[in-house]
Amino acid sequence: MDQLRKFINKIKPNVMEGGKFHAFRSLFEGFESFLFVPNTTSKSGVNIHDSFDSKRLMILVVIALCPAMLFGMYNVGYQNVLAGGELATTGFWEIFGYGFLAYLPNIILSYLVGLGIEFTVAQWKGEEIHEGYLVTGFIIPLIIPITTPWWILVLATAFAVIFAKEIFGGTGMNIFNVALIARAFIFFAYPSVISGDKVWVMDHKILGLGCNLPDGFTCATALGQTATTGNIPFDWNMIWGFIPGSVGETSIIAIALGALILIGTGISSWKTTLSVFAGGALMAFIFNKCGATDNAVAMMPWYQHLVLGGFAFGAVFMATDPVTSARTETGKWIYGFLIGVMAILIRVANPGYPEGMMLAILLMNLFAPLIDHCVYQANISRRVKRIAKNK
Amino acid sequence: MNKKNKEAFIAPLGKNNPVTVQVLGICSALAVTAQLKPAIVMGLSVTIIVALSNLVISLLRNTIPNRIRIIIQLVVCAALVTMVSEILKAFAYDVSVQLSVYVGLIITNCILMGRLEAFAMSNGPWESLLDGLGNGLGYAKILVIVAFFRELLGAGSLFGFQVIPQWCYEHGYINNGLMLMPPMALIIVGCIIWWQRYHNKELQEQ
Repeated sequence: MDQLRKFINKIKPNVMEGGKFHAFRSLFEGFESFLFVPNTTSKSGVNIHDSFDSKRLMILVVIALCPAMLFGMYNVGYQNVLAGGELATTGFWEIFGYGFLAYLPNIILSYLVGLGIEFTVAQWKGEEIHEGYLVTGFIIPLIIPITTPWWILVLATAFAVIFAKEIFGGTGMNIFNVALIARAFIFFAYPSVISGDKVWVMDHKILGLGCNLPDGFTCATALGQTATTGNIPFDWNMIWGFIPGSVGETSIIAIALGALILIGTGISSWKTTLSVFAGGALMAFIFNKCGATDNAVAMMPWYQHLVLGGFAFGAVFMATDPVTSARTETGKWIYGFLIGVMAILIRVANPGYPEGMMLAILLMNLFAPLIDHCVYQANISRRVKRIAKNK
Repeated sequence: MNKKNKEAFIAPLGKNNPVTVQVLGICSALAVTAQLKPAIVMGLSVTIIVALSNLVISLLRNTIPNRIRIIIQLVVCAALVTMVSEILKAFAYDVSVQLSVYVGLIITNCILMGRLEAFAMSNGPWESLLDGLGNGLGYAKILVIVAFFRELLGAGSLFGFQVIPQWCYEHGYINNGLMLMPPMALIIVGCIIWWQRYHNKELQEQ
């Protein structure tokens, strides 16, 4: 640690104002404050500094995402050997190792491209580097299928960071959830790599691990299956997560662990998460009772709706994004509830989109400021009335 | 051509572009730019209509009663739009089917009425003709740029001919379906505006 500190102190004069490499100042500061707590204090006024800064917040979200990611890696290997018929003869570490190798390039590319753009923009505009991409870059590979081609991942990440984040002014200024924009870009631009029944299981060996699957192998997600061939019965694997799907979304247990960390540390609002589930449950329940009986998705039991697809992952990690969600306490209830309602509505009413969570959250991102505005105005008019009454 | 006339013709092509600076005519710019051919035809149609209606209104400008000027402008535009539409149907049927209602809707194009009101009503016929040509070509220019990117990236072709080689597709390249949808046209127009403002200091607000 001391060595590192000394090394940083040694190169510091070179990158500060007047140094040889002062163009790289924001890059240097980004790394320095990533490694050490900055020791500068403000010179004027009275300031209270909380040690819980946005770096710590972001890293806690990343920790909360780790169970989902680790399970996702295992599941990638599990689905491959299951499809290859070698499940009984393959050990835990081989399965995990396969998933790890399959997933590793995705997360490296996501960080490389996203941070590359962030750093470039920060240098160009002479601003400090924000840490907002830490979480976004972690989430993007989790919400896409493992087989997504690398060039598409790179393109989607670049598109999302530039058009959903940087043009709005960077971290904290974006209207839409950046990771979801990356997914939406793939969804609309290259629908064949993110939907259907060919993309959810890795189909070739990696460094000798795993199995080669035959050409034309298909394996649909539970939601996709329901939409095309009819309802499938509830299965405990839907909770454990041993089902095909986007990398991080399958295991309810791993997501619940993340939810405990997020809600326990007070980073995400339990109100949002709870109301997303409430809205989804209510809407699915209504469809169960009054939906068309020949629509298998409408007839799917409400509890099954909540555990399948990206619903739980979205409710815990995406809907609660502090930047894009509603900020008033009442607003959080409304915002979350409408996300749940919309997600189920899209799943049931639109046969073209088996999964509705992404579109529901993006839509409500758009409405979040309006919800907040209405809550403010309602509060103001309530207080005005109270004054008028007491006069 | 004196300096003022030259300005009337040149400015809409660059610093006073109707689409990227005045942000007019966006609707049709999003609708007809999925391919180059309809975009070019649309651009030329608008150029002809704006130029001729500018000329006609400018010639009539001293006899038009002020209170009914909008109706008279509309009649002139409608006549020209109908003529262009009929000509397209007769000689370029395929393109006119692709453009569908958007040829007829040129009459509601903000660029058209804007130029008539702002320029032709108070300037001579020659200047008005030049101004109309400039604005029409400025509009056409943006349409062609947008359509170029949309057709190239969305369908892998230009003017209907495949330009992205087949071996790219065989190695996993996929056309970008989002390019064929209007949202991406809006983003491309946004990028052109971004580029233009970045290079022109006087277009940037303080």
